Amino acid sequence: MTNSSFRVLVFGIAKDIMGGSKVNLDIELPSNVDLFKAHLLSVYPAFQDVTSLAVAINNEYSTGTDPIHEGDEVAIIPPVSGG
Amino acid sequence: MIDIQILDKPLSVDDCRAFIADPSCGGEVIFVGTVRNHTHGKKVIRLDFEAYTPMAISEMSKIAQNIASRNDIHRVAIYHREGRLEIGEIPVIIGVSAAHRVAAFEACQYAIDTLKETVPIWKKEIFEDGEVWVAAHP
Repeated sequence: MTNSSFRVLVFGIAKDIMGGSKVNLDIELPSNVDLFKAHLLSVYPAFQDVTSLAVAINNEYSTGTDPIHEGDEVAIIPPVSGG
Repeated sequence: MIDIQILDKPLSVDDCRAFIADPSCGGEVIFVGTVRNHTHGKKVIRLDFEAYTPMAISEMSKIAQNIASRNDIHRVAIYHREGRLEIGEIPVIIGVSAAHRVAAFEACQYAIDTLKETVPIWKKEIFEDGEVWVAAHP
């Protein structure tokens, strides 16, 4: 396991919370969605007030122990409101 | 046949019809979403839409594939707009053509209901006294 500065894509209210649309997080790789979300909440506790939080890895919704590897595109998906 | 687009310019119902119309079809159902001037009794000035474009295209394509594989359905078009929209403008058009109307109505309803649940697009309501990301907080 190595700590890496990992860039994530950020949308909607998450941009307001994290201060940008592309944010670098210091995380241990390889990781998984549960670990990633726990880390996110610890660094940005304001996410506790957001109705829900999904994570996408390489354009697919991902959950639980789905892995995050170096080079993956990870996006933070707050509650969607298209249409 | 499927047409999926995310555009930052006005959407066209005529373009949708041009894609979905076919001599084998007896019915076309087109849903047009429009920007409403109020929410929970409060006046809305405009909406700002943001999309995670590659994933939004992917999720919209999944919806369209689901519909297109159904009996009777011939063509599906799903268009979504991003950027700033004024009251009365159109953020989304979903068009479905089918041999018979029942399949088209059901498919179009399914498409907009599912789009609102799964497609990574976000709208922000702009009021006179502030801005709110829709559905972000309970």
